[in-house]
Amino acid sequence: MTLLKVENLEVYYGVIRALKGISFEVGEGEIVTLLGANGAGKTTTMQSIMGLIHARSGSVTYDGKNITGLPSHKIVRMGMTQVPEGRRVFSELTVYENLLMGAYIEKDKAKIRHDIEEIYSVFPRLDERKNQVAGTLSGGEQQMLAMGRAMMSHPKLLMLDEPSMGLSPLLVDQVFDIIKHFHSTGTTILLVEQNASKSLAISDRAYVLENGAIAYSGTGKELSESDDIKKAYLGG
Amino acid sequence: MEFINTLVNGLNIGVIYAMIALGYTMVYGIAKMLNFAHGDIIMVGGYTIYVFCAMKAASSPAFFFVAIAMAVIVCTLLGVIVEKVAYKPLRGASPLAVLITAIGVSYLLQSLSQIIFKSATKFVSVPELGKVSIGAVSIKVSTIITLVVSIAVMISLSLFVKYSKTGRAMIAVSEDRGAAQLMGINVNSIITITFAIGSALAALAGLFYLLQSPYIYNTFGAMPGIKAFTAAVIGGIGSIPGAMLGSIVLGMIESICDSIAPIAPYKDAIEFSILIIILLVRPTGILGKKRREKV
Ligand SMILES: Nc1ncnc2c1ncn2[C@@H]1O[C@H](COP(=O)(O)OP(=O)(O)OP(=O)(O)O)[C@@H](O)[C@H]1O
Ligand SMILES: [Mg+2]
Repeated sequence: MTLLKVENLEVYYGVIRALKGISFEVGEGEIVTLLGANGAGKTTTMQSIMGLIHARSGSVTYDGKNITGLPSHKIVRMGMTQVPEGRRVFSELTVYENLLMGAYIEKDKAKIRHDIEEIYSVFPRLDERKNQVAGTLSGGEQQMLAMGRAMMSHPKLLMLDEPSMGLSPLLVDQVFDIIKHFHSTGTTILLVEQNASKSLAISDRAYVLENGAIAYSGTGKELSESDDIKKAYLGG
Repeated sequence: MEFINTLVNGLNIGVIYAMIALGYTMVYGIAKMLNFAHGDIIMVGGYTIYVFCAMKAASSPAFFFVAIAMAVIVCTLLGVIVEKVAYKPLRGASPLAVLITAIGVSYLLQSLSQIIFKSATKFVSVPELGKVSIGAVSIKVSTIITLVVSIAVMISLSLFVKYSKTGRAMIAVSEDRGAAQLMGINVNSIITITFAIGSALAALAGLFYLLQSPYIYNTFGAMPGIKAFTAAVIGGIGSIPGAMLGSIVLGMIESICDSIAPIAPYKDAIEFSILIIILLVRPTGILGKKRREKV
């Protein structure tokens, strides 16, 4: 079943046409990757799906409902959220308070406490640092926090914008393991990455964005074996 | 006992500035705008108290509380309405357009007060509160009320921001509006709440001024507004503890100037010069921090 359907999405920044009418979809339970070089329009795609940027034309359908133009906070309540590019944790709040913010739409205090414990068990490092302000965490810890915070709202669809950016190889592996873990608990994943080999390896399907348009699409396996993709994104 | 008088007087001026500066700084931090009409909310609060005190039961202390409550309610509603009507449509517009609009709102409120209440200064029949003596110093009861209420408000506000869900959402919105929306926070309602709190505090400031000197006029809020804005900038605009600290610092400076006869007439000039010096040394104010660059 299709969970997210993007049709002919077109986004402008002033006169710059950042997305030239792209279409793609994410099925329930899938991991789908959106690959693309710097400036291809990946972040723009993510933000316009979430309602943080307004599309000039086109539509976004989530769970059978047209969510085009809906404010972001309503979209989050429908069960979709995003780990934004560059983490964007609340640096003045502690780790614990950041996780509480992630549960902003949840009213049940007992459930929030339970969920936070669960996040701590996935990220023991966050438990150790729970009273530290997030601005003083390392980049890797901030990425863990951003992922944990997003999971606090129990999204049906989680979008991650370059979660491996700027991390050491060991941490990159850990990030991908955690994405697989979230997926195994029933979360559908839309992943934006430049790390093509790792993301294609865990993806059911992938799309390649070039200059604001979808250039290729296929299963993770197909794309990782394609010569064009190898040349452009896998360094050989 | 001159020293204690200067100290108490400085605190008194400072906490009133803080009631106003908190509104400036919270609105700046959360809505990212300078609300230059904020001072005029104080004026509206003052006229509300004037209207109720002019009614027959004026000098009854119980009725005075009704007047205060009405001032708080009227200012809160006015702040929220101004935000909805004048500022909300400009979300995402250039900061200059918002600033000009705020100045326009300020003139509008002053002109309306001139049409309704005329331009002559009015006497407000606030209750006579007298003085109390503590040891060798005698302090006005109005000063004690001002200090106690303001300090209680500042503590409550700090606790609210730190420990309530809405307070934390305010911090989140001020830090990163987009990320806050991704938490499911409705930024518009957080901005509305911010204007409501700031305007309620402005009403209290209006009350405290009237307790000190019971006269109201159209530009009643102008000078306090500018002074409190100065205090907010000295403390670090956008920072709540900064607004409190900056206000106390400014109040103390003003009180010291007042206590030294030859320089007293120049106190405003001295205060604004200190603003300029602090901004030269520390452009972000005492407690303001530089925005962390996003990765
Ligand atoms: N706020 C903006 N104003 C103007 N142009 C923008 C803005 N944001 C993005 N762009 C432009 O839109 C295009 C797509 O940007 P986007 O951030 O979506 O790329 P991306 O694929 O996420 O790149 P990266 O991998 O570097 O994050 C780029 O050419 C960029 O310069
Ligand atoms: Mg990007």
